[in-house]
Amino acid sequence: MNGRKLYLDHAATTPVLDEVVAEMEPYLKERFHNPSAGYENAYEVKDALERAREKVAQLINANSEEIVFNSGGTEGNNSAIVGLALANIEKGRHIVITRAEHHSVFNAARFLQNFFDFVINFVPIDNEGFVDPADIEKAINEETTVVSTIHSNYEVGSIQPIDEISKIAHEKGVLFHTDAVASAGQIDIDVKRLDVDALTFSAHTLYGPKGTGALYLKENVDFVPLIYGGIQEEGRRGGTENLPGIVGFGKACELAKRDMDTRIEYYKRLRNMMVEGIGGLDINVRLTGTYNFAKRLPNHASFVVEGVHGEAVVEMLDSYGIEMNTGSVCVSKAFLSSPILLSMGYNKELAQGSVVFTVGIDNKIEDIEYLLEVLPKTIKGLRAILPE
Amino acid sequence: MKMIFVDRKQMNPDIRVNIAFRMCPMHLLKLDESIKKAKIGDVIEIVTTYDGSLDDIPAWCERTGNQFLGLDSSDDKYHFFVEKKNEWKKTIPGSCCNYACSG
Repeated sequence: MNGRKLYLDHAATTPVLDEVVAEMEPYLKERFHNPSAGYENAYEVKDALERAREKVAQLINANSEEIVFNSGGTEGNNSAIVGLALANIEKGRHIVITRAEHHSVFNAARFLQNFFDFVINFVPIDNEGFVDPADIEKAINEETTVVSTIHSNYEVGSIQPIDEISKIAHEKGVLFHTDAVASAGQIDIDVKRLDVDALTFSAHTLYGPKGTGALYLKENVDFVPLIYGGIQEEGRRGGTENLPGIVGFGKACELAKRDMDTRIEYYKRLRNMMVEGIGGLDINVRLTGTYNFAKRLPNHASFVVEGVHGEAVVEMLDSYGIEMNTGSVCVSKAFLSSPILLSMGYNKELAQGSVVFTVGIDNKIEDIEYLLEVLPKTIKGLRAILPE
Repeated sequence: MKMIFVDRKQMNPDIRVNIAFRMCPMHLLKLDESIKKAKIGDVIEIVTTYDGSLDDIPAWCERTGNQFLGLDSSDDKYHFFVEKKNEWKKTIPGSCCNYACSG
């Protein structure tokens, strides 16, 4: 190892920007007050909370009252699935989700199945990771109350046709939620244009702090809270607000909106360099997801490596100072085949060879050149030592 | 307090606030906030599932001088209709327990 370190796992989490840290710092020190209290310092903190809410709302073109702060993507997805389904339990106990969802959607649906006798319909994805809106339409029945479709999948980067799916759900009188954790801050998200009832996003995937996220809940949508306490978040999520995190989230959203176009162009440049470069190496890897880059996250390149486990690639590249991932960080430690790639039709062996590179604003052209230099050695080295 | 029932299809609220499934004291806080925003003569609809609101909302209206027009409970929610009669004054205490809230 030459002491070099480079981070290519921005879908798992992003570094926190200096401007974000600076914005948070006073709320870890002198501005420690509880925003629900009734004295001057607390009012100032409450104002900061509402200013952050405004910035977070602006990133997705929502109204600020439609933003419910929470602890991040998992809580957002859990509370959207459970909260919307339970609020409409008198109408039916059937929900529709896709095979591209994160575990926080899958397992929230399973909770409803196990404890409230819900029936879950899993809609397939095609070999590029896309959901066919016609399959959503077929899956909806008269008992269906909620449809949830991930905005873009963290493992293959495919951006789903959310507006089409939302339209179908609404035509059938069904609520629609999307998990936009991988997309928000990376590409433009407009809740009014998408016409979604609920949307999950998180601070730590857009250069904000961990432990903070938000659920967009369209005005007047019925919702059963998951966490009970006081009147914080207008009764939709109890508990004293994580002010440093929320203020940092607000700043990260402000910067993401301001720099969106520049970031996207830069991501594309690095991503295209990776896809072209890796495709040109003689190491028998193939791109997963779509070559239609208009329908792919701009910072995302993912592959399967034949005959090699993704985890082995992660470990070997780490020894060269390159941090990347093998699909979902939530299952990678279990040494399982990627559920997403299996759903896309890959066989079990190939699905174990998933590798994902996601670039960020902290990456440089030289980082990608270094990856392209090291990757062939890594793959060939692993193939040489692994049994047939 | 005597309850008044109305048919919500006959009502034409200027402001509608859905706080179904949210706990006490959201019904009073949102009613107070809506009255503050509304013009005199505006009708506000509060949609809630909280049982304590059956006592609290008419009592709050009496105390603040606003008119409780009635309740529609023909679906699985309570729809309260209130007409703003007075200029808003700060009346909400730290909790709703001055009213008939059981929470």
